[in-house]
Amino acid sequence: MNESNGRSRWKLVLVMALAFLRGIRRREEREPIVEERGGDRRAEMVVALLLLAAAACAVMFVVVYALDWDNLTQWLGLCLGASLLLIAAALIYAGETFVPTEELVEEYPAIEHPEEQEAIEQIGRESVAGFTRKRLLVGAASAAGAALGIALVVPAASFGPFLDTESFYYSPWRRDRRLVDEEGKPYRAEDIEYDTFYTAFPEDAYREELAAALVVVRVAPDELEMPPGREHWAPEGIVAYSKVCTHAGCAVALYRKPLFAPAEPSPALVCPCHYSTFNPADGGSVIFGPAGRDLPQLPLLVDSEGELRAAGNFSAPVGPSFWGVRTRRPTA
Amino acid sequence: MIRRVIRFLDTRTGSAPLLRKTLRYAFPDHWSFLLGEVALYAFVVLVATGIYLTFFFEPSTAQTVYHGAYRPLQGMEMSKAYASVVHISFDVKAGLLIRQTHHWAADVFIAAIVLHLIRVFFTGAYRKPRELTYLIGVMMLFAALLEGYLGYSLADDLLSGMGLAIGYAVAMSIPFVGANLSLLIWGHPFPGDPSFWPRMYIGHVLFLPVLIGGLLAAHLALVASRHHTQFRRPTIPSERKLIGIPTFPGQVPRSLGLMIAVAGVLVLLGGLVQINPIWLWGPYHVYDGTNGAQPDWYLGWLIGALRLVPHFDVVVWNRTLVPNPFWGGALFPLVVLTALLTWPWVERRFTGDRRAHNVLDRPRDAPVRTAIGAGFLSLVVMIFLAGASDRALVFLGISYISQVWAYRIGVWIVPILIGFVTWRFCLALRAMEEVQAEQEAAVRSAQPD
Repeated sequence: MNESNGRSRWKLVLVMALAFLRGIRRREEREPIVEERGGDRRAEMVVALLLLAAAACAVMFVVVYALDWDNLTQWLGLCLGASLLLIAAALIYAGETFVPTEELVEEYPAIEHPEEQEAIEQIGRESVAGFTRKRLLVGAASAAGAALGIALVVPAASFGPFLDTESFYYSPWRRDRRLVDEEGKPYRAEDIEYDTFYTAFPEDAYREELAAALVVVRVAPDELEMPPGREHWAPEGIVAYSKVCTHAGCAVALYRKPLFAPAEPSPALVCPCHYSTFNPADGGSVIFGPAGRDLPQLPLLVDSEGELRAAGNFSAPVGPSFWGVRTRRPTA
Repeated sequence: MIRRVIRFLDTRTGSAPLLRKTLRYAFPDHWSFLLGEVALYAFVVLVATGIYLTFFFEPSTAQTVYHGAYRPLQGMEMSKAYASVVHISFDVKAGLLIRQTHHWAADVFIAAIVLHLIRVFFTGAYRKPRELTYLIGVMMLFAALLEGYLGYSLADDLLSGMGLAIGYAVAMSIPFVGANLSLLIWGHPFPGDPSFWPRMYIGHVLFLPVLIGGLLAAHLALVASRHHTQFRRPTIPSERKLIGIPTFPGQVPRSLGLMIAVAGVLVLLGGLVQINPIWLWGPYHVYDGTNGAQPDWYLGWLIGALRLVPHFDVVVWNRTLVPNPFWGGALFPLVVLTALLTWPWVERRFTGDRRAHNVLDRPRDAPVRTAIGAGFLSLVVMIFLAGASDRALVFLGISYISQVWAYRIGVWIVPILIGFVTWRFCLALRAMEEVQAEQEAAVRSAQPD
């Protein structure tokens, strides 16, 4: 131990003491940041009560859940919703009454920084200043980028057989296939009555595809106006059309007969999605609504047992229109 | 203690300066500024309830036989997707509450975005330097529409199936490539390959939420970096300085309160007001349909557009160039999107106003913009109403066909009329203000000091 050491220790203590005092003084002298807003005993009480009520509702939620009350969904919603709204009320009320809500005046940030902009541009410029074959490099980089981009997109082709549009022309119908109802029972011609419609499916075929389901209705023979070439498609006035609307692919699930007379007197098959309206008497032409082409018709025949069978395939592909929808008839 | 936490964070992240600035960020106080916040909080509720639902939902079209608490469907064959949503609704305790809250939150989310967009448009808040914020917002709206559509399609009930059929038809209707594109998405002609359901599901629970979340973050970051707009304040040079309540402590109880209130209202709706009772619609089959099928409100404008187009396909040499659903289902929303996205630049082009704006216009301050906006809005609203014309037939007995014709003609006339009336109205309001100001000035000058 020598003298200088002892002296420096004293010095250290002194400096520390000064620093401590200055620290205290500085803390005391700091200007307030938040503008004070006087307390409000009553409001604070209200907020506390709201929060306690929220807690009670939350507890109630747990109780209701555990006891599995009747009308559980309603009770749970009520308890949880009330709890949340009470907390919200507490917060908003506190904000309105005793939480400091001073108004600040603040400068908007500068709209732009011209010096930095220039510097960035300069950095870019100077970084490539020494390159001698800029054009070549840009070209090569573009080629690499484009080719790589294409390469990375190509695996998306595995999502679907997107070049093979053959499936849009498929239909399970073929000559002599019987029309059956939802239970699989064959329809007989005598089952088909006026003023109602029937949904028919191909016998022994998968039903969950667009070309499967039919609507079948009976039209009075003197009202039939089949297009040329389809004179024999409607034995006894029974007509069958694809049940899938040619507009947007919904099921044509409404038959307007005779409900809307006299305002809309002609019987019609109607799709409930966008009200495309088709005439069953003349080969499924569009009377109203947005559909852009006729409802595909299936030729029918009545066999020797009086049962309904297909006499061929649809007059056109079923379902929504696409590029090649008018090029050929569907095949089985 | 607080000091120690702050110190810990600051030394590890260096974030004290940023945090301090954030705490004193000024929020201008106007009720219409809360609309965007409501959307944000509805999104929070959507994520929270959505995560819960993923634990019970099964994105599969594999067939199963229903054995659950809901008697009318007992023993019925249905997809696992539909069965699992019925299961959530009847056998999972609190499942129906969460499901309905999720659905309500989606409806409120998009409604709040639309109202926020209307506010932003009519006050000119999208002008320089906030065009990017606006663009991102519009993109979020369209991402949200798609997200909502996928969400209610997933349940595989009758209505969702009909909605998907329409989506498929719209995809098919895209000129030249529609058929190929829908094969790429669905994997097979409608109702599609079994892999379509998991694809849709991952879109709904991962891609789109992450996209919306990312856009949301960018949107908020841009708002913060350019600061809020404000209405003109007489006490300060409003273009350079803004008056607002600081984040902390002033804004926090209000915003937090709003968030919890939004959640509370959504939970109350979810508990007390039935929405999309899929067990009543039944499982979807290609051959089933129901009358009075209405989608969630935010798709009404597309249904209306699809319904109003007259019946024609554009056919050239036997080739169907433009199938009908393209006009209402693809072109119309595309036009609306493009109009919204390009508007800030279109306006700039015509007004020649290239200055930056921090102060909002009142609608009357920009009569032409307000007129165009009102006309455009009335167009979309009319097409939206056309989507409900079958309901008007049922409830009011007005002939459906007459209604459609009225809309087909009205959509060309009414927007122009409304635009014109709005324009005159704005001018009149301004003239009235000028007269008032003159009167006041006259009164002041007449008074001796």
